[in-house]
Amino acid sequence: MAAGSQSLPITISGVTKAYGALKALDDVSIDVASREFITLLGPSGSGKTTLLMVLAGFVRPDYGSVKFGDEEVITKPPHRRDVGMVFQNYALFPHMNVFGNIAYPLKLRNVPRPDVEQRVERALDLVQLGGLGDRGVDQLSGGQRQRVALARAIVFEPRILLMDEPLSALDKKLREQMQIEIKHLHEKLDMTIVYVTHDQREALTMSDRVAVINHGRFMQIDEPKRLYGRPLNRFVADFIGESSFLPVSVQDGVARLDGTELKLDGRPASDSERQLLVVRPEKLEVLENGQGGDLNCLTGTVSDLIFQGESFLFYVKIADGTVIAVRSPSRRESIAAVPGVGEPIRLGLHPEDTIVVPENP
Amino acid sequence: MSAIVEARASIPRENARGLEADARRERISMFSLCTPSLLVVALIVFLPVGWLFWLSFFDPAGQPTLENYARMFDSRAYIKTFTMTFKVSFMVTGVCVLIGYPLAYLISQLPARAAGVCMVFVILPFWTSLLVRTYAWLVLLQRKGIINGWLIDLGIIDEPLRLVHNFTGTVIGMIHILLPFLVLPLYAAMKSIDRDYLKAASNLGASPVRAFWQIFFPLSLPGLFAGVVLVFVLCLGFYVTPALLGGGKVHMWAMRIESSVNLYANWGAASALGVVLLVVTLVLLWGLNRLFGLDRVYSGR
Amino acid sequence: MGVATETQITHARRLWLYVYCGLVMFFLIAPSLIVIPMSFSDAAYLEFPPREWSLRWYENYFGSIEWRDATVVSLKVAVMTCLVATPIGTAAAYGLHVAGFRIAPTIQTVLLMPLMVPIILIGIGVFYLYARLGLNYSITGLVLAHTVLAIPFVVITVGSGLKTYDMNQERVARSLGASRLRAFLTITLPQIRFSVIAGSLFAFITSLDEVIVALFVSGGENATLTRRMFNALRDQIDPTIAAISTCLIIVSVLMLVAVQVFGRGRNA
Repeated sequence: MAAGSQSLPITISGVTKAYGALKALDDVSIDVASREFITLLGPSGSGKTTLLMVLAGFVRPDYGSVKFGDEEVITKPPHRRDVGMVFQNYALFPHMNVFGNIAYPLKLRNVPRPDVEQRVERALDLVQLGGLGDRGVDQLSGGQRQRVALARAIVFEPRILLMDEPLSALDKKLREQMQIEIKHLHEKLDMTIVYVTHDQREALTMSDRVAVINHGRFMQIDEPKRLYGRPLNRFVADFIGESSFLPVSVQDGVARLDGTELKLDGRPASDSERQLLVVRPEKLEVLENGQGGDLNCLTGTVSDLIFQGESFLFYVKIADGTVIAVRSPSRRESIAAVPGVGEPIRLGLHPEDTIVVPENP
Repeated sequence: MSAIVEARASIPRENARGLEADARRERISMFSLCTPSLLVVALIVFLPVGWLFWLSFFDPAGQPTLENYARMFDSRAYIKTFTMTFKVSFMVTGVCVLIGYPLAYLISQLPARAAGVCMVFVILPFWTSLLVRTYAWLVLLQRKGIINGWLIDLGIIDEPLRLVHNFTGTVIGMIHILLPFLVLPLYAAMKSIDRDYLKAASNLGASPVRAFWQIFFPLSLPGLFAGVVLVFVLCLGFYVTPALLGGGKVHMWAMRIESSVNLYANWGAASALGVVLLVVTLVLLWGLNRLFGLDRVYSGR
Repeated sequence: MGVATETQITHARRLWLYVYCGLVMFFLIAPSLIVIPMSFSDAAYLEFPPREWSLRWYENYFGSIEWRDATVVSLKVAVMTCLVATPIGTAAAYGLHVAGFRIAPTIQTVLLMPLMVPIILIGIGVFYLYARLGLNYSITGLVLAHTVLAIPFVVITVGSGLKTYDMNQERVARSLGASRLRAFLTITLPQIRFSVIAGSLFAFITSLDEVIVALFVSGGENATLTRRMFNALRDQIDPTIAAISTCLIIVSVLMLVAVQVFGRGRNA
């Protein structure tokens, strides 16, 4: 793609949108850096698509500010915002062929004909569809349609690209392949990308940062690793990865599970009687007798054992009756280490993986 | 990097006014798309009808009066008109139901191609000019017409029957013209009845006849009522066919309105009659809408 | 005979239904069809089947100045109605579909009022109004009135076409840089054109066949075909009318075929 257009940072502040009594977006603010790939992640109805539509200009918030670079765009109509957009159902124009679809934004900008052909071809090459300009839209497979939609959205070199769950209609293999391709595209092109999805795996795979959103509010905005390893509230811990929760109380910076003090890496955020220990199934180690002196230990009995292919899941019932999930890879040593159903078991959790979050999100 | 985002509470409701103005502008421009149509409808329908309503309270001399309305209860001529109108309307509607329901049922149950062919028999007359069809009946039913001709040839009768320029001819003509108005909404409603209901009934042991009466028929009632009300309402206001096929013996509401204007120039009387007709029509339509939601049925055109 | 339905009703058991409906369908179509051969009859009174064939009634029709003028007037009015009602009806249907304003259902009802108000009332009302505006016996007045009668058809047809249309495409077009109007013209309109064409054809035929308002409002030089036909039918049964009727039936058939052809794959 031609150099010369520079991606823009996005500044969102105080955006609120209410539908009657329901707040779809509640005083939402975030700074997106230039050229960043940020994903809005959340369950359906969380407001992520609404926020994307606010960025595109199709939803008008009640108040707030949206800046692309230094320019306030909140009152700009969609066709003047110069952002590329890929919709969930691709929305290709059926009465035009592939070339016509991709050329459309260039024609709107009065690009001269020879340039149009050149740029469309380049866009097609970028999405691995070189030479397919003549095809009709109905002759394309789902994956190909997705790529045409993408090519159409980037051919006019927008500084910002918005994507609304573009891969959700594709099957798993194709989805994973497209995720990598989109990531590569991002590296090649000079664009800020705002991506919306409800699939946490997708978010963690592709993004520089992920903004977890629920009920119109941001729950946490962080790099994928930190989001996963250091969730800040129950919602994020629950939504990203699998977790079990155990009640702990925190006093004077000391967290106690069932009276036993927990070894932590750093201080918990607040003092309170009711907090939760986040236990990720794959972070628990099965301990032999005498092991795990520097770890936090849990004891219990194995209640269930399920083989799941690349890993297996077993459930452990601990002292107060809570059942937690433990996941081990299907490797020889791990399988050998697990006692049978009904047997007692000791589990260890590294202080770095011991996460305490407040009970209410 | 930031952790939990702290709300920038210090910024007041930014851009609220600009956004509101924007939203208002958009609403207005969308509304303005409807304006030409609304204006034209207001000019041609609402304004004249309103005007007529006003006129109905005045007598030919220009004095305010309720006589135009009172006359509807006293005048023998008027009562004769109303009776005749309702007689014709009930008769036409009734026969339309008897012959239209089975037809709609059959078409709705046929496979697509056969149904399409049968629909042509309904839709072509529907879009054929009213005058053409009335004329056709005039020709068919007259004393030296085709039907009498055949009946005489076949020896069934000796003298030609009086089939036209009377009540019979009017009713036959109106049935022919209004039948599609019953069949079309009824067909649309029947088409949307899930076949699975009938399959389930037969699975549970109901004979086809029972399944029909207990399941299909009740489900088809909203469409039936829509068609019935539509036909009835159109009958009430019908002018052309009674005027041409009635031979002067069939006095319908619309004809009295016309004669009040053209013959007697009594605008007050004509307006009152028109207003009452309008009110009766609207009440019937509104009643149907309340019961069944008329708009849903009509979207299946 | 085979089984007709999944509930195991055989064709044989349904025979009575087929016969009954066959008779009804015959009843529906026969009158219109009979007119056609009759128009080629040579006799001065109407007879069927015609004993001698001739084109004299067509000659009568096309040769008569009054009938020709009336036909021209009707066609003029119908075409103009079509040209006026289609854009404003389409715009209204689009506005109703796209806008979220709360009074949209009310506006829709208002636009459908011409179907609900008894036509005779509209007829005398418009006559009264036009008497004051000097629009009686004018083409403009007739076009205006017919437009109002045609608008509901356009609104319903285009409205139902819009319902099955994916509005996301317009959003995409706008995100790519097209203004609302441009997006509508380049993306939406090409895809709903079948509905628009169907609506315009309905507008045309509604105007062409309209009797009552024309009876009151057209006349003199600007009498419509329908008005002349009505008066002719009242006085005596002129076989020329059979020829005119045949022509009108052909127009109806052509129109229906056109709607079918253009409506392929989209709306009913």
